Amino acid sequence: MASVPISKASKTAATVPGRFGVYGGRYVPETLMAALEELEREYEKARRDRKFQQRLADLLHNYAGRPTPLFFARRLTEKLGGARIYLKREDLLHTGAHKINNCLGQALLAERMGKPRIIAETGAGQHGVATATVCALFGFECVVYMGTEDMRRQELNVFRMRLLGAEVRGVDSGSRTLKDAINEAMRDWVTNVRTTHYLLGSVLGAHPYPTMVRDFHRVIGREARAQILKAEGKLPSAIIACVGGGSNSIGIFHEFLKDKKVRLIGVEAGGRGEQLGEHAARFRGGSPGVLQGTYSYVLQDDAGQIATTHSVSAGLDYPSIGPEHAWLKDTRRAEYVPACDAEALEACTVLARLEGIIPALESAHAVAEVTKRAPKMKKSEIVIVNVSGRGDKDMGILRESLKLD
Amino acid sequence: MLAFPQKPSLVAYVTCGDPDLATTREIVLAAIDAGADVIELGVPFSDPLADGPVIQRASERALRQGTTLEQVIELAAQIRKASQVGLIVFTYLNPVMRLGVAKFCAAAQGAGIDGALLTDMPLEEAGEYLREMRRRDLATIFLAAPTSTNERLKHIAAESRGFVYAVSRTGVTGARKQLPDDARNLVQRLRKYAKLPIAVGFGISTPEQFAAVGEFAEAGVVGSAIVETIERNRGREPEAVAQFVKQLTAHRAQQSARKAGR
Repeated sequence: MASVPISKASKTAATVPGRFGVYGGRYVPETLMAALEELEREYEKARRDRKFQQRLADLLHNYAGRPTPLFFARRLTEKLGGARIYLKREDLLHTGAHKINNCLGQALLAERMGKPRIIAETGAGQHGVATATVCALFGFECVVYMGTEDMRRQELNVFRMRLLGAEVRGVDSGSRTLKDAINEAMRDWVTNVRTTHYLLGSVLGAHPYPTMVRDFHRVIGREARAQILKAEGKLPSAIIACVGGGSNSIGIFHEFLKDKKVRLIGVEAGGRGEQLGEHAARFRGGSPGVLQGTYSYVLQDDAGQIATTHSVSAGLDYPSIGPEHAWLKDTRRAEYVPACDAEALEACTVLARLEGIIPALESAHAVAEVTKRAPKMKKSEIVIVNVSGRGDKDMGILRESLKLD
Repeated sequence: MLAFPQKPSLVAYVTCGDPDLATTREIVLAAIDAGADVIELGVPFSDPLADGPVIQRASERALRQGTTLEQVIELAAQIRKASQVGLIVFTYLNPVMRLGVAKFCAAAQGAGIDGALLTDMPLEEAGEYLREMRRRDLATIFLAAPTSTNERLKHIAAESRGFVYAVSRTGVTGARKQLPDDARNLVQRLRKYAKLPIAVGFGISTPEQFAAVGEFAEAGVVGSAIVETIERNRGREPEAVAQFVKQLTAHRAQQSARKAGR
């Protein structure tokens, strides 16, 4: 069988499917195991199927709008006075964020598996909107689970999903955010598994999701690598991306893993304080544990109960992190830093006023990090920031926080 | 110890710490007196993704009381002093992992616990857990589902000890109007591989459903219906649960009376 006990996995490291060092795995109720095995098999076949890859490439190009530009941020670079800053413009994709890459891939898989019903969870609503979009495109029934707290702060996206024909089901348990939406989606899946595909939106959950979702986002890094080599004739010194579950970051990091001189920097949500419950910085306050199907860093208390989290950005507001990030952290191939709510809000304004680009609050965490880091870097160095999504959905929160009216 | 003397035997689930641990002890002892054969001591977890609304609510109440895995093990030791029925810890993996699998097994053995079922721990991930549980002579109970392939059922049967827990249908815990055909089919498939007793659970809430399980399995697990009885009878939980357990098992008493009369 595909996955193995932790004790064995630690010896064979990343060579075991579904394991990233000791992290990852498949921790779900037995009812879901057969469906995960089927998904793994189908994905393996599809991955090698030229027709599948061609259809995906065609949709990414003609429907989603790939490739996305790599834009030199001249005024931001001048203002910070250090490294040359490039922005990978995932915010320009159809539906407004990188999430569509994965949704198109999984929609094609669901079609292959003959599953007419799609369910998904969403935090900021970007994955929900992307899921609702592909369901409209493919003619699938679509149910999206969303915490009621997130529905409140991302109400525009709730309406977008409904407009696209999806049913949005509010989740009122726990902290009423992303984690609770995933619990409810898994309860739906365990009930309707025979007809339903769970279109998980990040590099989280049981194997094969962390691997499969990563693969669907690797196109970000592939493009960025070719684009920067063309523009500058050399690789960047650093790549910066925000990390909720970690899909946009792993997507851009992966193509550079072997380029040891490229520093990979993930930015977590520092929230409004360092106490448990006030942030979502898993690598600052978390420890290894199992949540929602995977073994990774988790914010939890001494008894193993999962902690609540806070971030101004719903998409980063989650107590665990993709297992591959845990491995990149332990092996020190990537480094992870927090940016707090206030810094992210400030970064939104900075990018808006210097480059005319309003990033999503999630992506603004990565922008915040570059404003700290670029001034300390040489002018000959290059840094790429992944602008994973656009800020349209955040107008309500920005308006409340920035008080410009 | 784990024994299934009745047809069917009753495996009764409670969420420990709802409304508080002292009351849980009284509830369990009352359930045993009323006819429960095995007790599943549910340890509340913050993210019970295999559970329906009733056990979700009970878990939230128990966590507000600060209930921990270590406290539940201590509770088991107290119950063990008063009764010899089978005691199973029923929870999710993370609290066990946090305590430490080896430490959990040692403590469970010390408390007189008979075994454990970790809902989100399939066989493939159970290497260390199986070793430690075997070392302490604790029963490893795994779920078998209607969606499990025969290949999987074979492995599940091979690694299970005590009994096999057959999930009656796809879905979360909680009452259903009907006991689905899925359950009978699954038990039939399992028998090919499993010599152990089989307990059917998920959705059994009425005396009729419980009796029907007896036609094809050794035991029925009743959880949400007991937890809901606790929720609805504040202040008189042990009496209410005893009454409910007696209703569930009433047909067994009638059967044995008929047999005795013949």
